[in-house]
Amino acid sequence: MTIVKDKVGVVSCSGEDLPEGTISRIATRLVLEKLRPHDTVTICLPLFLAGSEDERAFARVFPTIAVDGCDKRCAEVGTKEYSGKPVAVIVVSEIMKKYPHLKTKSRDNLSAEEKKLAIKVAEEIAAKVDEILGRKK
Amino acid sequence: MLKDGKVFVIPCSGIGKALGTVGRAAMYEVVEKLRPNEATTVCLPLLTIRDEAVLKLARNNSCISVDGCPFQCARKNIESSKGKLVASFVVTDVLRENRGLKPEGVTELGPKGLKLASILAEKIAGRIDEINNNR
Repeated sequence: MTIVKDKVGVVSCSGEDLPEGTISRIATRLVLEKLRPHDTVTICLPLFLAGSEDERAFARVFPTIAVDGCDKRCAEVGTKEYSGKPVAVIVVSEIMKKYPHLKTKSRDNLSAEEKKLAIKVAEEIAAKVDEILGRKK
Repeated sequence: MLKDGKVFVIPCSGIGKALGTVGRAAMYEVVEKLRPNEATTVCLPLLTIRDEAVLKLARNNSCISVDGCPFQCARKNIESSKGKLVASFVVTDVLRENRGLKPEGVTELGPKGLKLASILAEKIAGRIDEINNNR
């Protein structure tokens, strides 16, 4: 199996039931589309169970960051169980403690405050990507 | 638990494709606007990791899967959890019926993508009514 060393996998929980799940999803997309588009790839977390061995090889092929909304840590647990141990874990509810003025309420359309929080989470993911790839930005 | 007794609408929320976002948006439209008293949702990843409380909810209540693509991750996760799957929707089927409503992107669906989500939401709401009428 080829291990890819110049790209990092980012697996988001995208939890539907909590605003933090939506933040994890949007933050992950910000990293993939804007902050580190050439350095990152993703996979749908439920595809680890629904897909084939090709999909389950993901975290063995790419060093992977799990991005979780809450302390259930579905992305971390699911990635570890079906694919491989993530090299890093980011938990939105933990990051939120650093920004108590930014509140989350909506699961659907993010408010300006929630978008700010998603950007903060995205920046932490991007910093972790750089660390894994041994790059300074 | 407050969610017991409602129909669970569970989208794949696929992060790699805009159609996953359409399924997610349709679900929110159903559970927050169209049928807030009859429908609810739960995090699909909790089924993926076999969370006991969520497994119990999925097994004891009617579940509707909403998938973005033919991989049908939501349906397969509910089935492998032995959840009570009563209906399945796939966004690509609805897009085929509404070819002009291609969503713009994963993060922002744009007006056409949102319209597609609304059409799907109406279909899901109709199915919830049928389920409840047959109880």
